[in-house]
Amino acid sequence: MNGTRTLLYKEVLRFWKVSFQTVAAPVLTAVLYLLIFGHVLEDHVKVFDRIGYTSFLIPGLVMMSVLQNAFANSSSSLIQSKITGNLVFLLVTPLSHWAWFVAYVGASIVRGLVVGLGVLLVTLWFAPLGAAEPVWIVVFAVAGAAMMGALGLIAGLWAEKFDQIAAFQNFIVMPMTFLSGVFYSVKSLPAFWQGVSHLNPFFYIIDGFRRGFFGVSDVSPWIGLAVVGASLALVCGLCLHLLRIGYKIRY
Amino acid sequence: MAAVSFQHVSKIYQGHRDEVRALDDVSFDIEQGEFFGLLGPNGAGKTTLISILAGLTRASSGRVTVHGHDVVSDYAQARRALGVVPQELVFDPFFSVRETLLIQSGYFGLRDNDAWVDELLQNLGLADKANANMRQLSGGMKRRVLVAQALVHRPPVIVLDEPTAGVDVELRQTLWQFIARLNREGHTVLLTTHYLEEAEALCSRIAMLKLGRVVALDRTANLLAGTASTMLSFKTDQALPPALAVRSRVTGRIVQLKSNDAAEVEALLASLRDAGVKVEDLEIGRADLEDVFIEIMQSGAERAALPTP
Repeated sequence: MNGTRTLLYKEVLRFWKVSFQTVAAPVLTAVLYLLIFGHVLEDHVKVFDRIGYTSFLIPGLVMMSVLQNAFANSSSSLIQSKITGNLVFLLVTPLSHWAWFVAYVGASIVRGLVVGLGVLLVTLWFAPLGAAEPVWIVVFAVAGAAMMGALGLIAGLWAEKFDQIAAFQNFIVMPMTFLSGVFYSVKSLPAFWQGVSHLNPFFYIIDGFRRGFFGVSDVSPWIGLAVVGASLALVCGLCLHLLRIGYKIRY
Repeated sequence: MAAVSFQHVSKIYQGHRDEVRALDDVSFDIEQGEFFGLLGPNGAGKTTLISILAGLTRASSGRVTVHGHDVVSDYAQARRALGVVPQELVFDPFFSVRETLLIQSGYFGLRDNDAWVDELLQNLGLADKANANMRQLSGGMKRRVLVAQALVHRPPVIVLDEPTAGVDVELRQTLWQFIARLNREGHTVLLTTHYLEEAEALCSRIAMLKLGRVVALDRTANLLAGTASTMLSFKTDQALPPALAVRSRVTGRIVQLKSNDAAEVEALLASLRDAGVKVEDLEIGRADLEDVFIEIMQSGAERAALPTP
């Protein structure tokens, strides 16, 4: 247990030492999204009744930051250690696959939540935001960050080069988060694309998270919880299996 | 109980078209407290064998134990007993030397390891670099940190994979003094090295690997005794007569010729004189481990394949 705690501490320390890049930068990016989209679309897009577009946008941007940064943390940490070779220091330790999982995913959750909180605190300046059902805020934030941390760990195990991680990020993670209803309510989409959106687990994460702030959502948060919980279990199961067999790290 | 036991270890790497047999039925034991040398040319399988021992690679068949703990089924206990200094000069650029060592201690479940970490820093000449970032260190200093990192959990078995490759004389001295002290205190040491004089000076027993097989396994003294007793060496700028050229070892201007007794030395010198070869700095000495090594590596079919001028 002690060893796991050390690895978790080291993983948190790793991103904290470069927090300008790992925390401040993504917060700034999210604020720029808010300023530009909020300004342009405030008077044109009506999502739920009585909720302004900028208010609507904030939870989406917060969750998008949580997801992307949770993924970035575990994936970049692992690929860097693999490529520079210092993963050997971890491979020779008695730490089990559970220890690796808890530490890498745990640090991803911390990074995701720290960035998300940063985005939330800064964007609160721009529009009012309540917390109608705060439990959902916490549940979906943690579940989303955990899922992306585990997915990042899988990507980090699988990738052999930095550009493979970048491809994973740009061609899978980015489209799935952008097309999950960060910038719009999927109800505004044509029926076909609404159906497609419902196949995207990120849609349920963002919809459920938004529910926590406004008390309204596109689908029931319980359905969202079921979908997200199942996806999370699947990703974590695969991740633990790959760690146990030493996929691409113990030959 | 053996400190390390290799039992019928084989490793086959699947290539795209063919398979490569990196290790072929390797078996030997290293006793507790031994200073053991693992020698062999590049590609002989030394690093593969050590990787299997450390859990970095899995054997295709066979079994390895450390103090009785199987490195696969009982990996946690096996790795606690093992301290591995990797061959590559790797480091984590995010941390200082002290952070690196305390974090490594933590992986083994050790908290409050500061006293031992300080002792390691002192003994390896790193005390004034404790708070420097790993990126700021020279290659030699990084190598010292690698050694310290392998020792944070006071492992009874220490594995050094070519620790002195590309390292200056001072560090080599510091390192060997420290490792020799640990060995005297009861630690088992497994060393791979390209510097045969190091192995000869330090190791009480030696295994030689060639193409994934153990081709020699004996006490260092026995290996030395078993070879030709005398080496004739001299310097020359001229070409040797063909009869001598095929059996000589030439390094630049230095020529070495093996001989079994004094009469043979006389005969060699006579044929050099007859050929008109001018000989400088003539020495007659005992064979060393390098001679044994070369003899063993060239034995068998490959001797015939040596180029003749």
